Amino acid sequence: MFAPVTTAISYLYRAAFELFERPMLAVQKMTGAQKIAWVFLLPNLLIFGLFTFLPIFLNFFYATSGSDRILLSERPYVGLENFSSLLACENYLDPNSCQRDIFWRAVHNTSWFVVLQVGFMILFSLVTALVLNRNIPLRGFFRSVFFYPVLLSPVVVALIWKWVLQRYGVLNAGLETQGLPIVNWLVEADWAFFWIVFVSIWAHMGFYTLILLAGLQAIPADVYEAAEMDGASKWRVFSKITMPLLMPTMVVVLVLSLIRAVQAFDEIFVLTGGGPGSATLLLLQFIYETGFAFRPQLYGLAAAASLLMAAVLMVLTLLQLRAARGRGEG
Amino acid sequence: MKSRHLLSGIAFAAIVAASSASSASAAELRFACYQDGVECDAWAEQFKAFEAENPGTTVAVDIVPYKSIVESLPLQLASGEGPDLARVTDLGGLATYMLDVTPYVADAAKLEEQYGKTLAWTRVNGPDDKGIYAIMDQQTATGPFVNKTLFEQAGVDMPGAGATYEEWAAAAKKVAEATQTPYPMALDRSGHRYAGPAISYGAKLFDDKGDPITVDEGFRAFSEQFVAWNEDGTIAKEVWAGAGGATYQDAAKEFTNGSLVMYMSGSWQIGRFGRDIGDAFDWVAVPAPCGPGGCTGIPGGAAIAAFKHTKAPEEVGKLLDFIAREDVQAKVLAKTKNIPANQALQVKGIDYENATDAEKAALTAFGNALAGFSPVAFQFQGYKNNRAIMNATVTRITQAIVGELSLDEALDRIDADVEEAVAAAQ
Repeated sequence: MFAPVTTAISYLYRAAFELFERPMLAVQKMTGAQKIAWVFLLPNLLIFGLFTFLPIFLNFFYATSGSDRILLSERPYVGLENFSSLLACENYLDPNSCQRDIFWRAVHNTSWFVVLQVGFMILFSLVTALVLNRNIPLRGFFRSVFFYPVLLSPVVVALIWKWVLQRYGVLNAGLETQGLPIVNWLVEADWAFFWIVFVSIWAHMGFYTLILLAGLQAIPADVYEAAEMDGASKWRVFSKITMPLLMPTMVVVLVLSLIRAVQAFDEIFVLTGGGPGSATLLLLQFIYETGFAFRPQLYGLAAAASLLMAAVLMVLTLLQLRAARGRGEG
Repeated sequence: MKSRHLLSGIAFAAIVAASSASSASAAELRFACYQDGVECDAWAEQFKAFEAENPGTTVAVDIVPYKSIVESLPLQLASGEGPDLARVTDLGGLATYMLDVTPYVADAAKLEEQYGKTLAWTRVNGPDDKGIYAIMDQQTATGPFVNKTLFEQAGVDMPGAGATYEEWAAAAKKVAEATQTPYPMALDRSGHRYAGPAISYGAKLFDDKGDPITVDEGFRAFSEQFVAWNEDGTIAKEVWAGAGGATYQDAAKEFTNGSLVMYMSGSWQIGRFGRDIGDAFDWVAVPAPCGPGGCTGIPGGAAIAAFKHTKAPEEVGKLLDFIAREDVQAKVLAKTKNIPANQALQVKGIDYENATDAEKAALTAFGNALAGFSPVAFQFQGYKNNRAIMNATVTRITQAIVGELSLDEALDRIDADVEEAVAAAQ
């Protein structure tokens, strides 16, 4: 019954195949068998070049030119003025002593955010993955629960938590019913910083838990069986077997979470807007506001800040990869 | 085979020629519009009449968020792209991209007569600039709203015209305490809103040459008072301290849900309050409180501007001419419940559709207040780089409120930020 249909489809398929085969054969004849790979790579290279490399390249031009004009031809060359303005500081630990105090506040906040967010997130993700790797009741349900926030849009995450944390929000309503004093969570600087770290961990730890869980499940069971036969304690099993074998996965998690933490923006922008004052202002928001939200738009300064940020990220990533390689070779 | 290819080629060329011919005779104008209420909808309705009067010209109204007018539109315009027209508030800042439609309007002198005062806000491209670049479709005035019911419940008399900021603050605080209302006062997190009280405290903002001197004794005096009010809870701290950078934040929600006694905002909130408050409580617009420098708010508003890069300047000019028409403005303003910028309509008044008594009274109060605003307030609104002053004020004063900077440091930084921004914009 279906024979005519399948025959027709196979003819169509062959016709389409031949349509592409002839020109491809001609191209292969021109390039040779070795270089044909470049033809397949070309579309991706073009997209990558246009939307990734070209903007990076242009960023150098913006970073070394001044004024509020967007067209490069209208922007005067200022050399390293934007970089020196960003780096002009009497004491790097005191943003108020810097020419660009807000940039340095953003640097300080970002550094603390990265250390706290990445550190605690990896710790919580590891503990969660270890628990979810065991035979606990409702394991599938809990795996979904921990992964669920990852599926939410960052704006939704921020709005949910804003609803919880605002002065007349859910959290303060709960505190009030217990007779406890209410706190202006997003107006007190220290609390606001605590909450951006907390919300960020809540939103992203499911993703890293999943990766670590996959890493834990890849560890062969017979290694654990041998340790059990040798009478190794649980701590010894964890420190001498689980952690070393999980280390390659941990490096991946560390690199990914670190890069993501430095690039944190959307949730925090919606939740606190960088405030109170600049207590939760991170580097990416500084770049965005300098380049786009403030008037006049200082594209050169924003480009210089983004290049500095990229340089720091690159160094951190290389250090981590080197450390991981050294451990692997050791 | 060859003849078939030839025929296909001729057909394609004919289609291209036909489409280019039709695009030469017909123009589609793109209008990027933001709205606080129903402004864009009201204009879209009026444009049907314009299209009927000008066959071949259509107007596509793209309703966009205010944020994209403030942040994305300048980028588009700087690169020679973007809509043919847009509804904007940064008149001086965008004036460099605007099209002078004087050659395309029927009666430039009449437009000058009806909109001269606000046309001046876009004439910043040179000392002899007399161009017509944008037509205001809404005049605004900043000023306070008061929850009258709370005053009545508290048994506190509302301060009258000529009352000072301190008197209003004391009264609002008394009302808040008596009625257990969370916030006595709030001021929108905006440098535009801040400028009114600062001028009332004596801030001059500009020197004799018209160059900015943001921080002077008057500005400092209001800043000291404002920071102190944030610290002692007279002013809702969340509004300014609850955000970072120069992000705009209002307290309209707090006012509409009855959590705020006195709200310093502006006339554009009237329609929203009429709709959202309903008969939940009585509210009134009151004259701007006074300080040593006077009792002023800041004028402002939204204008529909034409842009240089348009491919249809004549049609755009005709559209602006249509937008400026008294009858058209009256129809739009009746729906949007805004104060007219058109001089004739300011005298005649607008018959607002479905406006409550509170809305009508508030529109009258703000309309009357405009006439008494300080000349500095008009100068500030018309200053090309006023956004630089506004951004620096919001960012730095917030830092002083939350304790990141002392007030002296914050004020020094305001001066430095404004100086740098003005230099960059030269």
